[in-house]
Amino acid sequence: MPQSHRLPRGGRIDRARPLHFTFNGAAVEAYAGDTVASALLANGVKLAGRSFKYHRPRGILTHGADEPNALLSVDRGPGRVDPNNRATMVEATAGLKVASQNHWPSLEHDVGAVNDWLSPVFVAGFYYKTFMWPRAFWDKFYEPAIRAAAGLGVAPDAADPDRYVHRHAHCDVLVVGAGPAGLAAARAAAQTGARVILADEQAELGGSLLHETTAHIDGKPAAEWLAESRADLAALANVTLLPRTTAFGYYNHNHIVLTERVTDHLADPAPDLPRERLWQVRAKEVVIATGAHERPLAFADNDRPGIMLAESVRVYVNRYGVAPGRRIVFVTSGASAYRAAADAKAAGLDVTLVDVRPDSAIGAERALIAGVRHLTGHTVLGSTGRKSVTGLIVAPVTADGIIGARTTLPCDCAGLSGGWTPSVHLFSQSRGKLSFRTDLDAFVPGSSVQKERSVGACAGTFDLAAILAEGWAGGAAAARSEAARDFAVTPATPVGFKPVRVLRSDADPAKVRAFLDFQNDVTAKDIRLAIREGFESVEHVKRYTTTGMATDQGKTSNMAALGILSEALDRPVPQIGTTTFRPPYTPVTFGAIIGASRDALFDPIRQAPLHDWAAEHGAVFENVALWRRAWYFPQAGEDMHAAVRRECKAVREGVGIFDASTLGKIEVTGPDAAEFLNRIYPNAWLKLEPGKCRYGLMLKEDGFVFDDGVVARIAPDCFHVTTTTGGAPRVLAHMEDYLQTEWPDLKVFATSTTEEWAVIALQGPRARDVLAPLVDDIDLSPEAFPHMAIRTGHIMGIPTRLFRVSFTGEMGFEINVQADHARAVWEALVARGAPFGITPYGTETMHVLRAERGFIIVGQDTDGTVTPDDLGLGGMVSKAKPDFVGKRSLARPDMTLPDRKQLVGLLTEDGRTLLEEGAQIVADTRQPVPMTMLGHVTSSYDSAACGRPVAMALVAGGRARINDTLHVTTPTGFTAARVVPPAFFDPEGKRVNGIAGTNTHA
Amino acid sequence: MLLVTCPYCGARPEIEFHCGGEAHIARPETPSALSDADWAAYLFERSNPKGVHAERWRHLHGCGRWFNALRNTVSDTFLASYRMGEPRPDVSAPSDTSKAGAR
Ligand SMILES: [Zn+2]
Repeated sequence: MPQSHRLPRGGRIDRARPLHFTFNGAAVEAYAGDTVASALLANGVKLAGRSFKYHRPRGILTHGADEPNALLSVDRGPGRVDPNNRATMVEATAGLKVASQNHWPSLEHDVGAVNDWLSPVFVAGFYYKTFMWPRAFWDKFYEPAIRAAAGLGVAPDAADPDRYVHRHAHCDVLVVGAGPAGLAAARAAAQTGARVILADEQAELGGSLLHETTAHIDGKPAAEWLAESRADLAALANVTLLPRTTAFGYYNHNHIVLTERVTDHLADPAPDLPRERLWQVRAKEVVIATGAHERPLAFADNDRPGIMLAESVRVYVNRYGVAPGRRIVFVTSGASAYRAAADAKAAGLDVTLVDVRPDSAIGAERALIAGVRHLTGHTVLGSTGRKSVTGLIVAPVTADGIIGARTTLPCDCAGLSGGWTPSVHLFSQSRGKLSFRTDLDAFVPGSSVQKERSVGACAGTFDLAAILAEGWAGGAAAARSEAARDFAVTPATPVGFKPVRVLRSDADPAKVRAFLDFQNDVTAKDIRLAIREGFESVEHVKRYTTTGMATDQGKTSNMAALGILSEALDRPVPQIGTTTFRPPYTPVTFGAIIGASRDALFDPIRQAPLHDWAAEHGAVFENVALWRRAWYFPQAGEDMHAAVRRECKAVREGVGIFDASTLGKIEVTGPDAAEFLNRIYPNAWLKLEPGKCRYGLMLKEDGFVFDDGVVARIAPDCFHVTTTTGGAPRVLAHMEDYLQTEWPDLKVFATSTTEEWAVIALQGPRARDVLAPLVDDIDLSPEAFPHMAIRTGHIMGIPTRLFRVSFTGEMGFEINVQADHARAVWEALVARGAPFGITPYGTETMHVLRAERGFIIVGQDTDGTVTPDDLGLGGMVSKAKPDFVGKRSLARPDMTLPDRKQLVGLLTEDGRTLLEEGAQIVADTRQPVPMTMLGHVTSSYDSAACGRPVAMALVAGGRARINDTLHVTTPTGFTAARVVPPAFFDPEGKRVNGIAGTNTHA
Repeated sequence: MLLVTCPYCGARPEIEFHCGGEAHIARPETPSALSDADWAAYLFERSNPKGVHAERWRHLHGCGRWFNALRNTVSDTFLASYRMGEPRPDVSAPSDTSKAGAR
């Protein structure tokens, strides 16, 4: 497309650097410095998309972040397709492919436009009204149809190939917005030596000065003052300038989050650059200089392509050298559009200005538009055209509201100005209280909660000289300086407007569709309907009509909706209030939020010291907390089931070897260590002799089990505490809490040693035979080294804490050695064990073996509401100790009820069905629904040793139901299961002492 | 994200800390002497004020120490951080010490 609408001169674009991109497949000519929006306009493109609900043709409304219409899909190459980009914010870049959205089969011919003819159906709240009947249609018809029609762009389906990073920064003063107020603030703050960050969402710093071609600041053209300001700031080492950076969230304690677009504007970015950088800034003071949003005017068919904001016309003409139309009609209720009209006229365009205010209300701005056709006291009754505006229908209005003769003003572009809304989003996010200024018809920042101040248009100041002075003073104050500065600006800024909600019309109000929220297709009529239907709260009207709920969050429309509400309810705007401003200010990519936390870096991965050996030997791994643990070691042709059966058999009949290094370990030392454990654990510790181990349940003060493990007394003042794999940090935190806050008099240190010690579990009848040749200073004989004993000594000359413990039910050892030596010891054991068929096993086999013996896993067989007695372990709770953590709670009446859920075993009556963990249990399947649930299955495994599946379950009053038959849910119904004690193999626990046990239930 | 001041290390971001709930609730000397209701109150009942709240914090990913802090639950402003065992500081003075100057 040729640049039919590019002005011959002017603008900040670089005419020496032409480039091309495509729009819906057609080439668009642009210059460096263009946005996609300015380039489309330069190429004469008006139709930029279809509206959300009615599929009405829409054009570009604005020039910035508030754009509701021109939302494009942007394609930067494979995997780099991004929907819903505002054309006004995407920089024209060579090779970009942009496309319009929400139409089929094409933008020009869109079947969905039938919705526009059906608009009487799509009134406010239509979701709630239309799809109520028949009820059965919801699931099959309405919901799928609505889901398919919902949303604008299409989400990409390929993985995002780009990199995103996070950066943390501190500063004395963060200035958000680099328009005149922000630039002045940054300069004033920087002069004091303060560390300043100045961020602006645009590609170029300057804000409204980028299109200010008339004003002089202190005698210099505004553009020159801007260039000097930017150069001054860029030269200072204490200033960080961040263009293309949106401050989107203002959080607690002056924590502001910014997103910087690093490469999107580069046709060929360096490969080491991230696409976006998320800045987490902690600022001592924040200066908010975010400007204001212009309001469109509401009249029938005010949404035709070519109708845009008045100031946006000015921006396209002055900043981009583009004529959005050749024949432009401005419609305004205020002064600022006069400057826009004057600038358009100066660019050689045909300009008409329609002011809805009576002639008597027009001030000095009148002088700006000498020679321009000027209609005052007029209203706009509608527009003509379809895919592009061709004219505005205007008529004079008398003082008493009588509408006179209609005239159609032919045009190919209209610029609307309904006044200005300060951008108070960040201030409001900071929890500051807004106050309403009737003279400005706007909410402005009121009382602050955090250390911030608003300056310039976002604070309701619109005169350029005042903006600069306010910015300067604000920046100085933020840097603890009282420096003030006056600025001379000529000519004076035309300011002031008359609030107008909907332009006067004599048409049937039920037929006038005057759009307020362009993105969500909400009209003034919709708001009035919501009010008639009884909605009065602004929050309710917002949700019922969806006004302000699109991705632009109603930046251009909220005040109009509020005003209509105020008029209809006859209550002043401050009494109506405003809806809550929430982050993000503008949409943020998921990539920026996620940063590096994806794929392998999604969560830290912990690997045990024997991880590599396991990987080399074909282990399949599973995630346990942050750990990767060897799950099973399949041999050729084996599935998991076969591998686990083989591993289990090896441990029961010969010897198995298992990496238990992930067990949490805490060294508890000091003269009061025994006393401390005595208070922390429910069982008795004072009399435990050095060299012995004890199993302990750990309770919280509420009496519920929250961890368990074996504790060994190494010396009178030294205990080796073990915890569950996932529980180590919380157990240590629990200990520290009591040591630091309740019993600071106890002389005890608790130190995490989880990663110091590797733990090799050697389990099975032949374990001693494998171990013996490697250990020469510990007597391994059963008499000298019984079950639940600990010895220190050496294995292969390496210091070891050798535990005689078992989580399998077999005789066995847990060999603790320094992690660095783990592999040498492991490999030696594997070599020594070869004649005995030593078999490495993984966590699944560990689970089967422990479940066969009825050993619990905290967090699997318990759920945070389980007491020791519920587990059948009440016997280990000391009756003699006067106190321990959780003791008093165990005596509460609810904790001793006989129908508490208790741990039992379950054996399916058919002897074959493997129950599902989590399956529900009932007593009688014939009872009416909803049935009384007795509990659920906690552990369930196929047991080779028992020759059948076995399961554990928490069942209400379970121990009193031993031998009862209960019914457990399955994917297809129920299966019957017999309640048994939760120990299926060697229930007397003889095998740990090297005596063959039996299987009671098989 | 809050900026929390550890009395040992200084101001650090909230992610380094763990909040332990209301402060100054001492574990009873002799729990067995308490009625069920009193024990339940110790375990579960908290003041949950709208305004200044004394709460326990641990600098988990820092020095590891527990301390107490006064936080205004309305504004999230911290009024004081103090070591375990020290009395609750008197902050009857207005709690808006973080108020910005202008606007
Ligand atoms: Zn600390």
